Amino acid sequence: MSAPVQETTDLDILEIAREQVLERGVPLDEAQILRVLTTGDEVLPDLLALAHEVRMKWCGPEVEVEGIVSIKTGGCPEDCHFCSQSGQFTSPVRSVWLNIPELVKAAEQTAATGASEFCIVAAVRGPDERLMTQMRDGVKAIKEAVDIEVAASLGMLTQEQVDQLVAMGVHRYNHNLEAARSYFPQVVTTHSWEERWDTCLMVRESGMELCCGCLVGMGETIEQRAELAAQLGELQPDEVPLNFLNPRPGTPFGDLPLMESSEALRTIAAFRLALPRTILRYAGGRELTLGDLGTRDGLLGGINAVIVGNYLTTLGRDPKEDLALLEDLKMPIKALSSSL
Amino acid sequence: MILVDSYCGHCGLALDEGSHDACRERLRMEPPRYCVHCARRMVVQVSPTSWTARCVEHGELASA
Repeated sequence: MSAPVQETTDLDILEIAREQVLERGVPLDEAQILRVLTTGDEVLPDLLALAHEVRMKWCGPEVEVEGIVSIKTGGCPEDCHFCSQSGQFTSPVRSVWLNIPELVKAAEQTAATGASEFCIVAAVRGPDERLMTQMRDGVKAIKEAVDIEVAASLGMLTQEQVDQLVAMGVHRYNHNLEAARSYFPQVVTTHSWEERWDTCLMVRESGMELCCGCLVGMGETIEQRAELAAQLGELQPDEVPLNFLNPRPGTPFGDLPLMESSEALRTIAAFRLALPRTILRYAGGRELTLGDLGTRDGLLGGINAVIVGNYLTTLGRDPKEDLALLEDLKMPIKALSSSL
Repeated sequence: MILVDSYCGHCGLALDEGSHDACRERLRMEPPRYCVHCARRMVVQVSPTSWTARCVEHGELASA
């Protein structure tokens, strides 16, 4: 009988992952993910190299590029403790709506970077009729003007709203778990982890692709990070955007420290080994947490998608820098035609 | 009339109150949230490759 995974050495768990994930495509389970997350810095280069091999074997060399924009910023009734758009905190972010011409312009800006994906995001608990109407008009206008896939992130949905988004031609829906089930009550109190899970299940059954990610570095334990990766693995989303906490002034998590870059890279590799076939996207916070060098290391450690340009309320790297990096790494940008 | 910057665009406090070195660093990765002339919170819209920030009294700023 083999030894419990907790008793394996750092090199043992890498060998187990090589045989199980790389060779057979079987994701690591929660105990194995935890063991990977507790490996030392001395094996980090080997861990990242293995995660990169897994990504190349099961996903290929292409990188999916996406731009995002906020159609409704601020004034959200929810209390997600990391978010500057909650109306419950003293954040400086003011509420604003984006009109349709500006939305189309943002889609054009995104397409001009070579991105194949444009995600429309709203800071809401769930969409009301006004937002659904804005989405219907906006998606139609974008599709008439820009050659790009349209995704949406509008909070929790009803089945009727899921069906409406499918009818609009939204091909992917984002709804993050954000945190492990056991840690979620420390992050959000105005809705439950289970409510998020239920929306994800509805989306997955709808024909839209499911994008479901998380935010790490919010004070969760390593065990809870492993739990989160395993829960995402159970959900089997098409895409997992991985955010690193960027502490926002005025929010309850505003004074938390940035995650260490080595810990962030280990997390990227562990998530890749937990989700070998999933699009694993760099999302918010990577610039602060990883910097230029770390961004490169992550792309060679399991990441195969990026958000280019700015985020919803903060700024990102110049898209040209990311595109030059991908060219330097000989990683082709996923073309629009291959995602249709 | 020439307007002088009196407030920090990041934290909204008077520029002559303490150091704003950290704020200036943050403004490399964030649009300004406060008007530098009156400290009002501005309406900010971020898009993939640009941003605008509008003060009801002093008009709109935009990314370069």
